[in-house]
Amino acid sequence: MSADSIRKIIDDTRDQPANIIVVLEDIQAKFGYLPEESLRVVAEETGQSLVDIYGVATFYKTFSLKPRGQHRVSVCLGTACHVRGGPSIEKAFQRALNCKTGETTDDKKFTLETVACLGACALGPIVVVDQHYFSKVTIDDVRRVVRKTLEGLDKVDITKDKSVFPVEIICSRCAHSLMDPTFLIDDYPSVRVTIYFERMHGWLRLSSVYGSYNIESEYEIPMDAVVNIFCPHCHTELKGNIPCPECHAPMVSMVVRGGGVVQICSRRGCKGHMLDVTGMN
Amino acid sequence: MITLKINGLPVTVDKGATLLEAIRFLGFHVPTLCHMEGLSPMGACRLCVVEIGNGNNNKLVSSCTYPAQEGLNVRTSSTRVMNARKMIIELLLATAPQSKTIQDIAAKYDVRRQRFRQRYESCILCGLCVRMCEEQMMAKAIGFRGRGDRRSIGTPFDSKSEKCRLCGGCLYVCPACELRCTYTEPDKAVCGGCANLSPPCLINYDDVMCYMDPCVACELPKE
Ligand code: SF4
Ligand code: SF4
Ligand code: SF4
Ligand code: FES
Ligand code: FES
Ligand SMILES: [Zn+2]
Ligand SMILES: [Zn+2]
Repeated sequence: MSADSIRKIIDDTRDQPANIIVVLEDIQAKFGYLPEESLRVVAEETGQSLVDIYGVATFYKTFSLKPRGQHRVSVCLGTACHVRGGPSIEKAFQRALNCKTGETTDDKKFTLETVACLGACALGPIVVVDQHYFSKVTIDDVRRVVRKTLEGLDKVDITKDKSVFPVEIICSRCAHSLMDPTFLIDDYPSVRVTIYFERMHGWLRLSSVYGSYNIESEYEIPMDAVVNIFCPHCHTELKGNIPCPECHAPMVSMVVRGGGVVQICSRRGCKGHMLDVTGMN
Repeated sequence: MITLKINGLPVTVDKGATLLEAIRFLGFHVPTLCHMEGLSPMGACRLCVVEIGNGNNNKLVSSCTYPAQEGLNVRTSSTRVMNARKMIIELLLATAPQSKTIQDIAAKYDVRRQRFRQRYESCILCGLCVRMCEEQMMAKAIGFRGRGDRRSIGTPFDSKSEKCRLCGGCLYVCPACELRCTYTEPDKAVCGGCANLSPPCLINYDDVMCYMDPCVACELPKE
């Protein structure tokens, strides 16, 4: 870590309102954790006191003051996942990785953490590895998840993987189903929404399959374009309540029938998502 | 100006005054723990609960943080308030039974036992020390860290703070630690005044803002 690289991150985010959090997020993205020295530089450069910055850094669970492993395993222990056996999944990971919760394996490959509810309760117990969601995880699945992570999660073949599941998406406002059985993507009914971007208005269909990034649209959506997405039934904009963790564009929020919310980034090409059930990335 | 009623008596206070100020202006007693004049209210301990509103619309609020509102009807010792207050005292006792301050409050309100799992925390997270350090000592050496059951008070990284001016203000206001400095370990002593017999505050700092009592360091005769 060099003080200059921290200064650059601070400069890059000067115009953002929730400044400190954004700065810390960027530092964490760059180093994988928040080195002590970096917080001191942030304090110096922003004029905010170290106590406050340290308070923020220890308040949010996303931040870590210790170096983390290459892969982050988060086991959901929210209420729903808890009753569905989250704690035994946590123990299974402790055994499989031979490390305690909150710690990193000796080979620096994995960090094991727990989270409280990822908004996909109906599909619990949920385990997230590097932003890839595994649903209905059983103790037997645990070693498989570890093995897959080491093989490379992006290589997972979505059509053969059992953890791939189609979901049914509904509008959060009018509760109409957004599923379109007449238009298949990845062999499953697609999710139909209305999009608006650059003064163009038309349909967009997303894959309803977990892990798939396939979409089809009336228009060619250029990379990095931010689109607005509406319910085709009630025409409400499907707006999320938080900015994209990756690029800060607005998130699009949709409800999974049976419980849970999917939030995806509205920017084409961005991998930001809160639940990777559909992909419009 | 705002006029409100406390236990049926009308009182007029400035805009921006808190319920506690209005209550004390009339001379009613409400116990407080995390409130201290000269420090901003924080509402951490909830000991100062009072009941506001009428009929079905009444609720409990912390009077040290709740702003006085026109026509508000405040009760400081209704049955509901008394029950809530006793419960809070029990919870405080369960957290830090060794605190003289908390014991005194419990004795005053006739709370002789508590029904929760007994713990012996050295901090009740009232935030007095943090506010003292920031608002009166202008140091901002200590603060809240973490959250939930991991919330704690201390310096960043638990390392010795460059901001701390060793004034002892944090110890002075703490209702739970009651940790009078005893100079057993030189590193951890607050000012070291008792050991070196010279007034360290005057040597190290231009402004003396020592809250330690009975730290005698600054009363020693100058050469
Ligand atoms: S001794 Fe004074 S400056 Fe140091 S932490 Fe306590 S209140 Fe703050
Ligand atoms: S250390 Fe003492 S003053 Fe500070 S928050 Fe804890 S109980 Fe309150
Ligand atoms: S003079 Fe008092 S406050 Fe200072 S080190 Fe000695 S005992 Fe502690
Ligand atoms: S409890 Fe695990 S996703 Fe909600
Ligand atoms: S004195 Fe009001 S909440 Fe502590
Ligand atoms: Zn709708
Ligand atoms: Zn994004």
